[in-house]
Amino acid sequence: MPNWIDACGTDDIDPEDLIRFDHASQTFAIYHAPDGAFYATAGRCTHEDVHLCDGLVMGHLIECPKHNGQFDYRNGKALRAPVCVDLQTYPVRIEGDRVFIDIG
Amino acid sequence: MAKRDYSMLGPDARRAVENGLAAAEWYHSEVPRKEMKALMARSDAPAIRDTVILFAAMILFAGLGIVLWPGWWSLPFWLAYGVLYGSAMDSRWHECSHGTAFRTQWMNDAVYQVACFCIVRNPVSWRWSHARHHTDTVIVGRDPEIAIMRPPAFVRLVGNFFGIFDAIHGWTRMILNASGRLHPEEATYIPQSEQHKVIRVARIWTAIYGLTIMAVVLTGSILPLMLIGLPRLYGAWHHVMTGLLQHGGLADNVTDHRLNSRTVLMNPVSRFIYWNMNYHVEHHMFPMVPYHRLPALHAMIRHDLPPPNPSIAAAFREMWPALLRQLRNEDYFLRRDLPATARPYRDDFHAAALGAAE
Repeated sequence: MPNWIDACGTDDIDPEDLIRFDHASQTFAIYHAPDGAFYATAGRCTHEDVHLCDGLVMGHLIECPKHNGQFDYRNGKALRAPVCVDLQTYPVRIEGDRVFIDIG
Repeated sequence: MAKRDYSMLGPDARRAVENGLAAAEWYHSEVPRKEMKALMARSDAPAIRDTVILFAAMILFAGLGIVLWPGWWSLPFWLAYGVLYGSAMDSRWHECSHGTAFRTQWMNDAVYQVACFCIVRNPVSWRWSHARHHTDTVIVGRDPEIAIMRPPAFVRLVGNFFGIFDAIHGWTRMILNASGRLHPEEATYIPQSEQHKVIRVARIWTAIYGLTIMAVVLTGSILPLMLIGLPRLYGAWHHVMTGLLQHGGLADNVTDHRLNSRTVLMNPVSRFIYWNMNYHVEHHMFPMVPYHRLPALHAMIRHDLPPPNPSIAAAFREMWPALLRQLRNEDYFLRRDLPATARPYRDDFHAAALGAAE
């Protein structure tokens, strides 16, 4: 069952960057891709529980700030060791200047 | 005074997990997001330049060494080649394992593979081992890369200046892995899905060493080993000299890199060989900042760090007496003062470890 949450404004995230969004004891990462699209994933790396919000966005990759593990944040796919487990992704919807994510 | 057990499978490993020291949240200095993004931004140019210089110098020195072989005049060229093979490759291994040296990933991976071979560190095992080193830096029983254990084993430390113990350990491990087995400790930090890669690399390396030794037998000269293998011994001194300073004599079992890591200002030649890892507190706090941006990071956060040691010699003068003292008292370590501008150490959080410092 969809559960859409107002996460942030579209202007809150620079292009090719991300922010952390916490909601009800869960933490998420919201991305603003270079092509203008927005995406959302779980907020912590699947390797060592590090917050991804301090990492570097390069194109459609997010790099964990601790160990250089990389994910494609569009589909959560783990791309570079030491990450082996994919990242949970969440649907995103833009309404006006707000970014909503469906946390299910 | 508790005896430390550095095994990944021993009581200190269990205690670290129970005490919340494993995969803990670490202190880091405040850097605005915009500036940190600029520092983390990747570029190929500096590492391409440095890699061209490195390999050109290696070819030049090895070439002159071969031309002048076996005369004594070849010696300085072998020594120079050896430092690049047995020491500069340590920092290339390190930086490329982080994937930060080059922007282009295959370049990181290519230099990483070459450097791993030279420094005799399995590229799969050591990627995982180094990830753990960053997760649990100098946490006893968790960090597999603690160079100076307590009490310090001086014979081992001095022997490693000539690669005696760690290179031989690397070759021994290579043979073990080539036989299709992993050491039980490796299995604690290498996922099952990656373990077959460890064995494949070890077999390729064993074949290369086998061919090199065959060339020695066929030519009746050790010259092939002067090029491949032996430089890991006669050129190791620089990476051991700089590497010991990274954490030597400082705290263990803390979660603030200002307490367990050391930044040392160095001459430009050593910084080229070491690829700026002399900014070691900065590197551990922000491991995704490329080596060529560490001086800028240092300038940005130095107000929050202990003052750097002004030279390699000064750092050894600080560290060596502390190591000698650890022979008598394992709990002793150096606690460096912070400048007035720094956020203080969390003494309440580190009470167990900090109690032993003076």
